[in-house]
Amino acid sequence: MDRMPGWADAVLVPLISLLLAAILSALVILAIGENPIDALQLMVEGTLMRSAGWGYMLYYATNFMFTGLAVAVAFHARLFNIGGEGQAMIGGLGVALVCLYIPFPHWTLALLGATAGAIVFGAAWALIPAYLQAKRGSHIVITTIMFNFIAAALLNYVLVNLLKPVGAMDPASATFPATTHLPSFQDMFATADTPLFRGSPANVSFFLALAACVVVWLLIWRTRLGYEIRSQGFSESAAKYAGISPVRVIVIAMLISGGLAGMMAINTTQGEAERLILNMTEGAGFIGIAVALMGRNHPFGIFLAAMLFGFLYQGGAELALWTNIPRELITVIQALVILFTGALDNMVRMPLERVFLGLRRRDAR
Amino acid sequence: MTDIQAAPAAAPAEADVQPAIELRGISKSFGPVQANKDISIRVMPGTIHGIIGENGAGKSTLMSILYGFYKADAGEIFVAGKRTEIPDSQAAIAAGIGMVFQHFKLVQNFTVLENVVLGAEDGQMLKPSLAKARKSLTRLAEEYELNVDPDALIEHLSVGHQQRVEILKALYREADILILDEPTGVLTPAEADHLFRILDNLRREGKTIIFITHKLREIMEITDTVSVMRRGQMTATVKTAETSPEELAELMVGRKVLLRVDKEKAAPKQKVLEVENLRVVDDKGVERLRGVSLEVRAGEILGIAGVAGNGQSELLAVLGGIMEGEGHVRVNGAELPLSGRHADGQSRRRRGIGHVPEDRQHEGLIMEFQAWENVAFGYHHDPRYQLNPLLMNNAAIREDTAGKMERFDVRPPDPGLHARNFSGGNQQKIVVAREIERNPDVLLVGQPTRGVDIGAIEFIHQQIIRLRDEGKAVLLVSVELDEIFSLSDRIAVMFDGRIMGERLPEETDERELGLLMAGISEEPDQPEWQAVDEQLDRKEAQAAGSDPAGGE
Repeated sequence: MDRMPGWADAVLVPLISLLLAAILSALVILAIGENPIDALQLMVEGTLMRSAGWGYMLYYATNFMFTGLAVAVAFHARLFNIGGEGQAMIGGLGVALVCLYIPFPHWTLALLGATAGAIVFGAAWALIPAYLQAKRGSHIVITTIMFNFIAAALLNYVLVNLLKPVGAMDPASATFPATTHLPSFQDMFATADTPLFRGSPANVSFFLALAACVVVWLLIWRTRLGYEIRSQGFSESAAKYAGISPVRVIVIAMLISGGLAGMMAINTTQGEAERLILNMTEGAGFIGIAVALMGRNHPFGIFLAAMLFGFLYQGGAELALWTNIPRELITVIQALVILFTGALDNMVRMPLERVFLGLRRRDAR
Repeated sequence: MTDIQAAPAAAPAEADVQPAIELRGISKSFGPVQANKDISIRVMPGTIHGIIGENGAGKSTLMSILYGFYKADAGEIFVAGKRTEIPDSQAAIAAGIGMVFQHFKLVQNFTVLENVVLGAEDGQMLKPSLAKARKSLTRLAEEYELNVDPDALIEHLSVGHQQRVEILKALYREADILILDEPTGVLTPAEADHLFRILDNLRREGKTIIFITHKLREIMEITDTVSVMRRGQMTATVKTAETSPEELAELMVGRKVLLRVDKEKAAPKQKVLEVENLRVVDDKGVERLRGVSLEVRAGEILGIAGVAGNGQSELLAVLGGIMEGEGHVRVNGAELPLSGRHADGQSRRRRGIGHVPEDRQHEGLIMEFQAWENVAFGYHHDPRYQLNPLLMNNAAIREDTAGKMERFDVRPPDPGLHARNFSGGNQQKIVVAREIERNPDVLLVGQPTRGVDIGAIEFIHQQIIRLRDEGKAVLLVSVELDEIFSLSDRIAVMFDGRIMGERLPEETDERELGLLMAGISEEPDQPEWQAVDEQLDRKEAQAAGSDPAGGE
């Protein structure tokens, strides 16, 4: 007996959570003496009413889609991969090495090469925690979070000591060759008459992220591997009975997860910065956890949640630019959204379930 | 409702005796599910009142209401004629109600004495309470044959003795009304006999006992009155002496049921499954199988009898590719690997071994999967289930599922329903359909009818016999002796990781098997329950003495 219809579970619950988060945010904005209606208007205008705003929003959303999918794939095997941040950093290293040292004749090939580099490096970074979990039972949460720190230190070392061009002051690699430049939305959609997406960082890797959503959906719900991943996630004892090797599933799920997290670097490193910089992940690895939570680990939900967080990111930047609302408040608002959609999920869900039960019982009479 | 009220066994003056417990119009629903509907019963003091019903009939819910775990939506409870509110278990204990759960609630590394006192201490200091408890334990032991060593650790006790501790706990709290929930499920026949003697003693002392079970035999043997529950309702309350198992079964299921399994004599042919000197050590380093050898021929059912936890589960697990072991296993003459990559469930299925596991909720099915996903479970590499090398053919699996549901009468026949939303019997039918329709050479069956309603039991038994008659080898593990007797062509008894002996069902009886199940292979020169008791004591002493891994 399912408690409530699927649409209510998938749409109504997150929507109400979001509304609650918005109300609370409005109160916070009121408390610091600003007008929440004006603030919302500014966020919408700065993000949705002009193409450059969209360009930023989609750029952020691209990152969040990759990292959200990464969390989701691991979660279907009941592995809580919070190492997306580190895996993305090492993925960035892979992208940088490929772009710097392989001469590509055209950006399409560069994109393929960089994708391969990002996946291989990101997956490799997830391999060790995966192996430790599968063979030794070391908890994946602990190991992946430690690997985030190791990745940050490693990236620092590599940038400062190995990749930094001689004489440069900032810890960053040399700029990638021009042939690796990915077409931005501006390159693709702007004409002389209509200057769309001007100056915004959104680029072709957005479509790569959309494709990744589709591929992950197929993987989880249409392939044997996805079937095995979900079996393992729901019940390890049952998986063993069916002859599904937990070690194999854990390692493979984590490799895919790490690969997806690594792919985020294509967007930030090859697409936007066009060189490897120290803070290339911009915290997107952690936002991915919230995105996956809010998106119910379903690629379509992740797409929507990534768009929402993209909006919050870009809208927040607008607020910081035009009002006295400090940038930190945006973090507060994002935290509230995470709190309500993730941690306090049951607070909305249970009363709603009761409402639906009541409705159903009345129908039954 | 046939409302025949039983006079207590001791038959005191009729009118002025208040019932020990009376429930009036109890209703309880969980969401849309009505677990109890307008239930009224009266239990007279000094009687044993049985409550029988299929799984999910609402027996446990009713008792949970009585013990204060759930609050009834409507209805009243009277204890000894007084209307009583029972909001929690403390109130139930205060009202003189004690409960012995199916799954014991004991602290494993406490002594018997400590467990009895736990929660009923008299003050801040433990010593006086313990001394008092020791005295009353001695008294209770004499009065009711409830002997347990008060200083033994629970983890060293046999299941039967642990149950006695649960009863002692209730009596120590001065319970006058004792509820026992499926108490014999984990006992050997001799232990069950002993339990019945204890209950008899308690009845004689004027205690009131409510005895919940799904076994008709026990109802007939021990109770004075019996209430039958079906789908949340009380369908009848009758005097045990005036009813028959057939009538009770019909009241439980709502239609006539066959209590015996009809089968032809087996015609065993060539050896299909051979097991030789099989050993298994679990991950705690305990030897679970100590050299098991057996063979099953085509066209026969070998039943493995034994009390749960004597290695039967491990035997199935090794043969089914879930655990690793040492020794030799041959199927149709070809050796099976018992460890390494080719000892998994997939390889076993390829070699023609089907497996209906003991625990369908944690092994046989994934509760969060829909029925069709569960039908592919373990067979998801089957070429018929693939669309192309990359993708699975979900439509084909759904179609296959719909067919299986029709042939095995799974209700509701909806391939898209999640496994957890089927009743126990229908869940089991899905597993049985999946394994049997693969037409395996060897079928491993563990507890095929545990938690399955009578109607479905009949059907599942027929399917197992049909497979046998098609010339397949069936290895059946069950803790239900009735089931072993009615299905098996040969019976092997397991005790402590070994096969104690093999018997033919027509040449043995429950008593002999019961002794074997307790590890006694020779005819004892004392009453059998004493022999069993001594054997258990020996084992417990062994466990306490050789406890190198102890204290975990």
